[in-house]
Amino acid sequence: MSGIKDRVAVIGMGCSKFGERWDSSSSDLLVEAAYEAFEDAGIESKDVQAAWLGTVGSFRTGQPLAAALKLDYIPITRVENACATATDAFRNACYAVAAGIYDIVLAVGVEKLKDSGFSGLAVAEPAGADVNPPVPPPSQFALAATRYFHQYDIPYEEGKMTLAKIASKNHHNGTMSPKAHFQREVSAEQVANAPMVAWPLGLFDCCGVSDGAAAAIITTPEIAKTFRDDYILVKGIGLSVGAFGVLRNDWDFTHFPESVRASQAAYQEAGISDPRQEIDLAMVHDCFTITELIIYEDLGFSPRGRASEDVAAGTFSLEGELPVNTDGGLKCFGHPIGASGIRMIYEVYKQLQGKAEGRQLKNPTLGLTHNLGGRPGSFTCSVALFGTRD
Amino acid sequence: MAGISAFGAYVPRYRLGAETDGWESAGQRSIANFDEDSVSMAVAAAIDCLKGHERDDIDGLLFATTTPPYAEKQCASIISTALDLRRDIFTADITDVLRAGTTALKSALDSVAAGSAKHVLVVASDNRQGAPKGEAERNSGDGAVAFIISNEELIAEQAGSHTITENMMDTWRSAGDQFVRSWEDRFAIEEGLERIMGEAVSGFMEKEGVSVKDVAKLALYSPDARRHSQLARHLGFQPEQVQDPLFGRMGNTGAAFPLMLLAGALEEGSPDQLLLTVSYGDGSDVLGFRTTSKIGNGGTGLGVSGYLDSGLVLDSYETYAKWREVWLTDSSSRRPQAQSPSVTAMWRESDQNIKFHGGVCNQCGYVQYPPQRVCVDCQARDDSTPIRLSDKLGTIFTYSLDYLAGTVDSPLAVVVVDFEPGGRVLCMMTDREIAEVQIGLQVEMSFRKLRVVNGIHNYYWKAVPLRRAV
Repeated sequence: MSGIKDRVAVIGMGCSKFGERWDSSSSDLLVEAAYEAFEDAGIESKDVQAAWLGTVGSFRTGQPLAAALKLDYIPITRVENACATATDAFRNACYAVAAGIYDIVLAVGVEKLKDSGFSGLAVAEPAGADVNPPVPPPSQFALAATRYFHQYDIPYEEGKMTLAKIASKNHHNGTMSPKAHFQREVSAEQVANAPMVAWPLGLFDCCGVSDGAAAAIITTPEIAKTFRDDYILVKGIGLSVGAFGVLRNDWDFTHFPESVRASQAAYQEAGISDPRQEIDLAMVHDCFTITELIIYEDLGFSPRGRASEDVAAGTFSLEGELPVNTDGGLKCFGHPIGASGIRMIYEVYKQLQGKAEGRQLKNPTLGLTHNLGGRPGSFTCSVALFGTRD
Repeated sequence: MAGISAFGAYVPRYRLGAETDGWESAGQRSIANFDEDSVSMAVAAAIDCLKGHERDDIDGLLFATTTPPYAEKQCASIISTALDLRRDIFTADITDVLRAGTTALKSALDSVAAGSAKHVLVVASDNRQGAPKGEAERNSGDGAVAFIISNEELIAEQAGSHTITENMMDTWRSAGDQFVRSWEDRFAIEEGLERIMGEAVSGFMEKEGVSVKDVAKLALYSPDARRHSQLARHLGFQPEQVQDPLFGRMGNTGAAFPLMLLAGALEEGSPDQLLLTVSYGDGSDVLGFRTTSKIGNGGTGLGVSGYLDSGLVLDSYETYAKWREVWLTDSSSRRPQAQSPSVTAMWRESDQNIKFHGGVCNQCGYVQYPPQRVCVDCQARDDSTPIRLSDKLGTIFTYSLDYLAGTVDSPLAVVVVDFEPGGRVLCMMTDREIAEVQIGLQVEMSFRKLRVVNGIHNYYWKAVPLRRAV
C-alpha cells in the first residue's frame, strides 16, 4: 500500500455563499462553486476529465452536474455517504488521479436543505416497519452529552458552559467569514441560556441548516506545478464506517470509534505521530457542541475526559495552540450535508495559501478536515490532511 | 371443574383528579396515555397475569373490548404475538357490547369444561371516551384485566352462570362515533339496569339454589357510583357484600369493569367464598365463582390494587384533551407527514418488533437487539437463539429530552436501555415524569401504539418507569 500522501494536489477551489439561498436552486449553487474553482485554477469546464458529485438528497444521479455545467459527456459519479459525502466524493476523485486514470478532475458537493419547508433535516427514510423512535440529530447527540457529563462527573452547569464556549468560539470565527450563514458574535452566556432543543443541548449548541456548495479541482503534483506555485498536497485520507454502537452494551457513548479509526488511518498515511503538535489547524464536524468536544479527544488533540480543560485554556481558539474551525465551522456555515466536507477543505486551502483574510493563521503548513455522519453508534467518518508544497 | 387459576390487571399510570387543573370533579379516574389503547393495555394486563406462568401452556386467547382499534382485523392476534404465545392457539375478539368481558370469560370456561382447551387467557380492556367534561367522561376509567381459565391449580372454581339477552338501546356508539351516547338516564336505570340485572341475578340464584346471603362479594357493573349503590340495594345486597366499585379512584372501565372488580375481590378473597360478577349491556351475564384454598396463589403481579396504588394525577385537563385528540395541536406540523409503514417489513420484523425478541449468540453468548445474522461480537453467522426481552428489566444508560420531536408528550424522552441479561435498545420512554428520567433508572418495557398512518396501528415497545405502589 503506497497511500495517497503527496500523490495528488488541489489547484483550485470554490465555495458558494452558505445560507438560506431562497433565490438559488441546487444547480445554481453548483455553478457558483464550480466556476469559482475553475477560475481559481485557471481552467475551463472542458478541461475536467471526470467528476464526482456529492449530495445526500438534492440529486440522485450525476446527471444534474453535467446539465448544470454543460460538461462534455465525461464520467460523473454521484456519491452519498452521510455527512462525510463531500469528503468521500473528494476522496474518490483523488484516488482516480493517483491511479493515473485522469489528469484533472472535479469534486463538488451540494445540498439544498431549505426547500423542505421544515426546520432541521427532513430527509425521507425508505419505508420500513417504522418502529424506530423519531429521534432527530439533536437528540442523538444529546445522548452522548448526557453520558459524557455523567461519565466524567461534570456538573450540568459546568458542562453546559464548556459546550457554550465551543459555540461562542466558532461564532467569533464566523464573524470573519464572509461566506458563512451566520456572522455575528454569540456569547457563551447566550449559548448556555438558549431555549432547549434536546436536553442538555440548547438552540445554540446546534449547527445551522443551510444551502450551499463547494468544489475542488484535483490533479497530480507534476501538473499542479504548471498551474500555480501555491497548490496544496493531500497528505492522508481516512474513512471509517461503523454500525455497532447500540448493538453493544460495552460502548460508552462518549467516544466515537469511527473518528478514532479514520484519524489514525489518515495520520498513518501522513506520517503524523503527535497530532496536537504537528497539525496547525483543524476543521471538524461541529454539528453539535458536544460533537466538537468529543472530537478533540477522538482525534488525539486532548486526553480522554480532559477536553474541557483545553476548552477553558483556549487551546482551540484562533490564537490558541491548535485552532479549530477557523471559518466558524458548521456552527456558522450551517450544514448543507453534501457540501460541508469540501467547504472545510476550502478553508484549509485558503489558510495554507495565506488567503484567509481576517482569520488568517500565522504560516500554517498542515491542516485537517473531519466529517462525521450518522448518529452515535453508527457513523461514517472521514479525516483528511493537507499540506503546503515542499 | 373449570375456573380461574391466575389473574392480573393493568391500570394506566395517569389519573384525572382534584389536582388536575380544569377537571371539575373531586374523584379520580384512570386515563390511558396518548400511546395506549385497548390492545396495549390488554398486553400489559396479560403480562401481569402471566408472571410465574408458562406462556407456552396457553391454548387460547379471548380479547374483550368495546374499543378495538380495528373494525376489520383481529386484535387478539396482535396481543397473542406481543405476548409471545404459541401459534397453534385459538383467538377471538369479543366486542361491541359492555357485556363482552363476561361473555369472553364464560366462553373460556365453557371451552375448558368441554375439554377443548386446557388454559385459556381471557383479557378484557377498554378505553371508552365520553364527550369532553360530560358525565360519561367523568365516570369512565381506562383499564384492563386478564385471567387464566383452566381446570388445574384453581384459585376459584366456576359456580354457575346465567344470562339474559335483551335488545336495549340505552348506551351505544355507532361506527365512527368518538363519544359514548346514551338515552335518558331515568329510563336507562329503571327499564335497563335495574330490571334486566335484577332478572339475571334472581335467575342465577334460582338456578344455582343460592340466595343473596350466600354471596361473599358482588362484582357489579354500573355506569357510575350513585347507580352502583342503588343497584346493589335494589338487588338486595348489604354494603359489606359489595366489592368496592372504585369510582373516585378508577372509574367504569367498560367491558373490563366487572372483571376488574372480580379481580379486586380475588385479591382480597379468602377460601370458600362465593363471588358473583354481574355485567350489563343488551342483557346481563352473571357468573359465580367459589374460591379455593389456593386463593392466595392467583395474583403474582401487581393486580388492580398494585396498579391503582402506583398512579400519578395529571397536571392539567388540557394535556388529557391533547392525548385524546379532543384538542388538536400544531406539533406535528413541524415535521414532514409520516408515511405509511411497510406492511411487508412489519410482517418480516414481527419477532423483533412485536415479540421483542433479541438474539443470544450460540458461540459467544453475546445478547444483541435486534437479532443479527452475523454476531456483533464474534462474527458467527446465523447461529443465535431468540431471547424475549419484553419481560426483562433494564437500566437507562443515557437519555435525551427532545423538545422538537413533534410528539404529543413533549419533551420526547429518548433513552438507551441496557437489559439485565444483556442487549441494548434505543427507544422512547413513556409514562415518565421529566425528573424521573435519569441514568441508572430501572425500567420495564411496555407495548404501546406509536402512531396510526394509513389506518395501520403501529405498535412497538417503549421503556416505562417500573410501576411500584407509592
